[in-house]
Amino acid sequence: MTDRDRIVVIGGGHNGLVCAAFLARAGREVIVLEAAAQVGGAAVTREFTKGFRASGCAHLSYLLDAGIARDLKLASHGLKWARTGLKTVALASAGDHLVLDGGKLESGTLSESDRAALAAYHAQMLRFARVLAKQHNRQPPRLGGGGRSDFMGAAKLGLDIRLLGRDSMREFLRIAGINIYDVLEEKFESPLLQGALALDAVLGANLGPRSNNSILALLHRLSGQSNGNNGFSLPEGGMGAIGEAMAAAARAAGATIRTGSPVARITLEGDVVSGVELENGEKIAARTVVSNADPARTLLSLLGARHLETGFVHRVRHIRMKGMAAKLHLALDALPAFARLPAELAGERLLISPDLVYLEHAFDHAKYGQCSPEPALEITIPSVHDKTLAPAGKHVLSAIVQYAPHDPRASGDGPRRELLEHTLGVLERHAPGLRRQIVGSELLLPADIERVFRITGGHWHHGELALDQMMMVRPVPGAAQYAMPVTGLFLCGAGCHPGGGVMGAAGRNAANAVLATERAA
Amino acid sequence: MSIKDEMNRKEHFRKAVWETPFHPRTSALNSVNEWHRWKDYTTADVFFDTALEYAAIRNACAVFDLTPMTKHLITGPDALAFLNRLVTRDVAKIKPGRVGYCVWCDDNGQVIDDGTVFHLREGVFRLCSQERQLDWLSRSAHGFDVKIVEDTHEVAALALQGPTSCAVLKAIGCAGAEMMKPFDIRYFPFAGSELMVSRTGFTGDLGYELWIDPPRALELWDALFDKGENHGIRPMGTHALEVARIEAGFIAAQVDFHCANQAIMLDRSRSPFELDLGRLVDFSKPNFNGRRALLEEKKKGSRFRFVRLDVEGNKPARSAYIYDKDKNVVGTVTSAEWSPSAKANIAYASMHMPWGRPDDELWAEIYYQRELKWSRVMARCRVVEGVFWDPPRRRATPAADF
Amino acid sequence: MAKYDAIVVGAGHNGLTNAAYLARSGLKVLVVERMPWIGGAAVSREIEKGWIYSNCSYVCSLLRPEIFRDLELARHGLQIVPYGGGVSITSSGDILGNYTDEDVQRREFARHNPRDADAYHRYSTDVMRQCKFIRPLLLRTPPDPTSFKPRDLREMIFLGRELNKFGEQFIYDTLRFYSMSIADFLNEYFESDAIKCHLSGSGIIGSAMGVYSPGTAYVLLHHYMGDVDGSIGAWGFARGGMGAVSKAIANSFKSFGGEIVTDAPVARVIVKGGRVTGVATENGNEYHADIVVSNLDPRRTFTKIFDPRDLPPAIVEKAHNWKIRGSSGKLNIALDGLPEFPALGKNNPLAYGDMHFLDSLEKMERAYDDWKNGTWSKEPYLDLLIPSLTDPTMAPPGKHFMSVFVQYVPPFIHGREWTDADREGFKNTVLDQIGRYSPNFKSLVRHVECRTPRELENEVGLTEGNIFQGELTMDQLLFNRPFPGYAQYHGPVKGFYMCGSGTHPGGGVMAAPGANAAREILMDLRRPNIVPEGWRDD
Repeated sequence: MTDRDRIVVIGGGHNGLVCAAFLARAGREVIVLEAAAQVGGAAVTREFTKGFRASGCAHLSYLLDAGIARDLKLASHGLKWARTGLKTVALASAGDHLVLDGGKLESGTLSESDRAALAAYHAQMLRFARVLAKQHNRQPPRLGGGGRSDFMGAAKLGLDIRLLGRDSMREFLRIAGINIYDVLEEKFESPLLQGALALDAVLGANLGPRSNNSILALLHRLSGQSNGNNGFSLPEGGMGAIGEAMAAAARAAGATIRTGSPVARITLEGDVVSGVELENGEKIAARTVVSNADPARTLLSLLGARHLETGFVHRVRHIRMKGMAAKLHLALDALPAFARLPAELAGERLLISPDLVYLEHAFDHAKYGQCSPEPALEITIPSVHDKTLAPAGKHVLSAIVQYAPHDPRASGDGPRRELLEHTLGVLERHAPGLRRQIVGSELLLPADIERVFRITGGHWHHGELALDQMMMVRPVPGAAQYAMPVTGLFLCGAGCHPGGGVMGAAGRNAANAVLATERAA
Repeated sequence: MSIKDEMNRKEHFRKAVWETPFHPRTSALNSVNEWHRWKDYTTADVFFDTALEYAAIRNACAVFDLTPMTKHLITGPDALAFLNRLVTRDVAKIKPGRVGYCVWCDDNGQVIDDGTVFHLREGVFRLCSQERQLDWLSRSAHGFDVKIVEDTHEVAALALQGPTSCAVLKAIGCAGAEMMKPFDIRYFPFAGSELMVSRTGFTGDLGYELWIDPPRALELWDALFDKGENHGIRPMGTHALEVARIEAGFIAAQVDFHCANQAIMLDRSRSPFELDLGRLVDFSKPNFNGRRALLEEKKKGSRFRFVRLDVEGNKPARSAYIYDKDKNVVGTVTSAEWSPSAKANIAYASMHMPWGRPDDELWAEIYYQRELKWSRVMARCRVVEGVFWDPPRRRATPAADF
Repeated sequence: MAKYDAIVVGAGHNGLTNAAYLARSGLKVLVVERMPWIGGAAVSREIEKGWIYSNCSYVCSLLRPEIFRDLELARHGLQIVPYGGGVSITSSGDILGNYTDEDVQRREFARHNPRDADAYHRYSTDVMRQCKFIRPLLLRTPPDPTSFKPRDLREMIFLGRELNKFGEQFIYDTLRFYSMSIADFLNEYFESDAIKCHLSGSGIIGSAMGVYSPGTAYVLLHHYMGDVDGSIGAWGFARGGMGAVSKAIANSFKSFGGEIVTDAPVARVIVKGGRVTGVATENGNEYHADIVVSNLDPRRTFTKIFDPRDLPPAIVEKAHNWKIRGSSGKLNIALDGLPEFPALGKNNPLAYGDMHFLDSLEKMERAYDDWKNGTWSKEPYLDLLIPSLTDPTMAPPGKHFMSVFVQYVPPFIHGREWTDADREGFKNTVLDQIGRYSPNFKSLVRHVECRTPRELENEVGLTEGNIFQGELTMDQLLFNRPFPGYAQYHGPVKGFYMCGSGTHPGGGVMAAPGANAAREILMDLRRPNIVPEGWRDD
């Protein structure tokens, strides 16, 4: 084996690690180059206040591909669950909270018809999400110009939709392209239930509940559960534990992982990849480079637009990848007390999204570059289940805050202070006294997420998940098969099919694409 | 009112078609008053007689107003790298003071437009094209440190074409013009300004193109016609140029091919190979727009073949279908004229592969009208290698005073 | 009472088109209309003496020329007159005009942004490609993708072939076009906010979505896919107002022996033994026929003129869930003279077309936010035309008729019904906006007919005043229109059909739904098909 047969994976995010692990298992020499000091990318646990650690970006695991976890033996590489199958609590501003376990109402008040509708809705959405889940481990087909395998790929997708049965297929085709607001208005009466269910469709997305594509975003979010994993779960040690376990699996398979090694550029010989050059000037030769970085960063910054073609560059530049979600971490000296919420439920997934109008209003401000004055929140207090995250008796609160614009109109630190104040205001209303418990805090705006995790636009999913940016048009039309136009360059991150969330499927699919390309050569 | 002011005026629509800086002279000379639109400007079809204007090109010299041609100025540290990614040939080989004919393609290797790259000064380029390209050029510029401006209206231009053109140039003060090689650029002082001369043209004859600040345009015209009188100088319109163009083997965008970025249907565009411009594709460059698709086409084969035809008889085969011997349509004519110099009935045709090989038996279906009576002839066509008119003086350096 | 072969409920342009084709095929057809006049939303009325108002729809482009020719509408008095011009005026007094001349249009864009001026070419090419794809589908019945019937499979293959014809990239582009917001779509072409605003209006007209809402790019296409004499995307006036369209179709219908009764609101579709047998009107008459066709919107059809016991419960639920949100209003204004727009100067031909007052996409989106919040837009998007500049029959000489379409206007104000005071407030909002751009406008106003969704519903019968009989979103287009499984014009009861804009291909004065429904009826009756299937163009 020569240097040139080596495979370099840029970025040790979860997809990069999965990709590296599968390539190493196939006997390839693999080097993973991670810019940060620790692996995991956005699946990482960070100390944000002395003694307090939180999952830096994603804070719940719900999409992790069960097959990948099994194949890579993540459990034997140290992945343990602090808690699986979190319940969802829709916090009411007044009156009683709704505690939901999937489609079942555990406590709280809902009309008889809402209860029935909830069960039916949950089952139906899981059924539809299963259609997406079935595509996760497949390479998206090329349409029109493709070959036989592409035709078969498209046919399989068609078949999966048909297998829903006639009525479900009709319903799927009706709602797949529309928004959560319309669907929830059709089905439910309770504003609180609507608000909570809608939040799951817009979390992390640049969408309000009335925005079309939000159903797809929801189905994507549910696709893990529909595939039989454990629902919303907390790894012991935070989300970083997933990254660590994947890294261990990759190393065990023979991959080398170098942290603190930011890649400056992808090098070429002619129009063929020759390796990478690190920011410190070190050159590493490789015939294949797989990038876990987002498509814009990989293609426009690391490779350079000039090595690609105008139309392709235009499409990459127009990937919609501006994040709208902020991340709040609070170090607390005690478990916060949420009004009328039994303490034993404080460790569940708490949602603050009292109704559809509230959520849509929160979005309206972000459309114009302002932070939501009344943000919607998904809150976890992982320290309830996981003693490794905070000193004894103390707690960590992690919340996803919707919405925060990527490019705020106001400059400087204003937007961050403003959003922090707004968010704490909302939290204080639901958990009076919480402010006094805070011993440290951190709020990451999309621009911070861009900076810290090196994700262009600060979008968790490396690009909005929408009908025009998923499956065969992800990351861009005509290049959804992991191989990029430059020979030897592949993408393996969330910017590819099947998209974001700590899943690993993009990494494995990319590894398969690399191996298939080698075989074809 | 200057063109610039005119452009920025809200009521610019009140004058939809503009006049070039040469209009005071061209309109005075246009005895038949026949004009058509070329982009923003009105331009002469004919001045007095197409045949005589054509004869001037081949026998003495003729002047054509090419101000309306779209021009882009490309500058900046990455100008060369940018152009090399844009066009299919190697622009590094076009040294300062030289001109090169180029095509540029979309990602699919389909020709967007053809034109000429003028390497005006080290790192400063002008791209002349049929269509406006600011959108494509600007989008192509992402990742390059270049500045692109359309400067069509800031440069007045004339083509001076024909065997006596060099003599006229020298007579107006362009000393040493005879030493210019084809595709050379030289600058000459003129009327207190600078006259740029390139040995380029669209006629396949000895000829030059003259580029000047619009305020000096009339002085240039007057000098040419004053000094050119003894050299048989004439103005020419588009019709005469069209005959010369086809004889000389030049293709025209939107006539012989449809610009790929304006094609609504898939099969309407053509690759460089499908326009017989394979010589302009340099695969040794690591990347240019369309390279991957063109390599693929090389492997898989093209869909079309572009040929020059010698058509039996004397009826121009305009818009004719081409048939094989079994009466199947195998191609269409894109341009056709009677060639006065070659005394041949010439045509360009786009043929479906594999048709258009030298030995193919091909027939053109020609409709023509005499005294309101329509006739149809099936004329045998022969595929011709090379162009119909290619005199040695086209390339001779030093250029003689013919 | 008299027995007919078919009864059409509602004399809108689609109902009349449907009836005309049925009658032309030799059936005995009755059209039953609730109002004293015919036309539905394609109507001209002389409300102010001497002025003809196009009360609802006001311009024409989508009307299928195949139907125009087939039903000999010219002979029956219809003339479509193209108009030029159209302009957006900004609050700073700048303008962005529409010109049919390609070079002039380019220069107009170049004034705002030279690069965008060239990008417009790419934009037009891409939009035109979408038009070329969709136009042949307008006069075809959508296939049911869940069906294995030969005809549905054949139509699915046809659809696939049509897509494939334009190449791989086009398939992706189509996917994107049908799901993107108009703002995102325009961002792929243009930098100038003024240009984006100018082009985005077509993406929101009649729709309860904002320029940032995914799905609005398709709405733009819906406004572009028509033509005037082959000039795709061009718009014209019906001479004599839009009522001339319905009048001509009605005349054509009558020439085939058809009958129309007006002032006859249908109370109920009579169903016996699982099939329709006729209709009963509110004034106690019954008309019998084995075929009943509804021109009403799907919500109204299945919640107002059927006994719910005659319907499968799922249909009633679907009808309630049908998205038919009112989002538009209309002011029809009789003017004592021609208003001056200082931004345009004197005698500017741009004034012959549609005028808008626009500044930024954000302002347009905020207009939508107002609608979401239950009130009319404080800075609404106006589509303002002065048809009398082109059509001399619309107003007395020297006087003018102005049609002002307003986006957005909610069907309810903060959840309650409109009051007269609300309506006055809405009217003044619009008049004030126009007044800001035309100082002498208000002094010329002689009469204003102000129509909120309430009036549109009460008078025309459009639920919530939705001009398309239902939103043009993916869940309600093609094989989903009006409901999945019912997109082939058949209703849930034997002998019952739908032919309104709530069916494929949707709203606009197109007449295609009416014609397509007639084709299905004739096929079911095993009569020869006389309904054209769209001219092919490439």
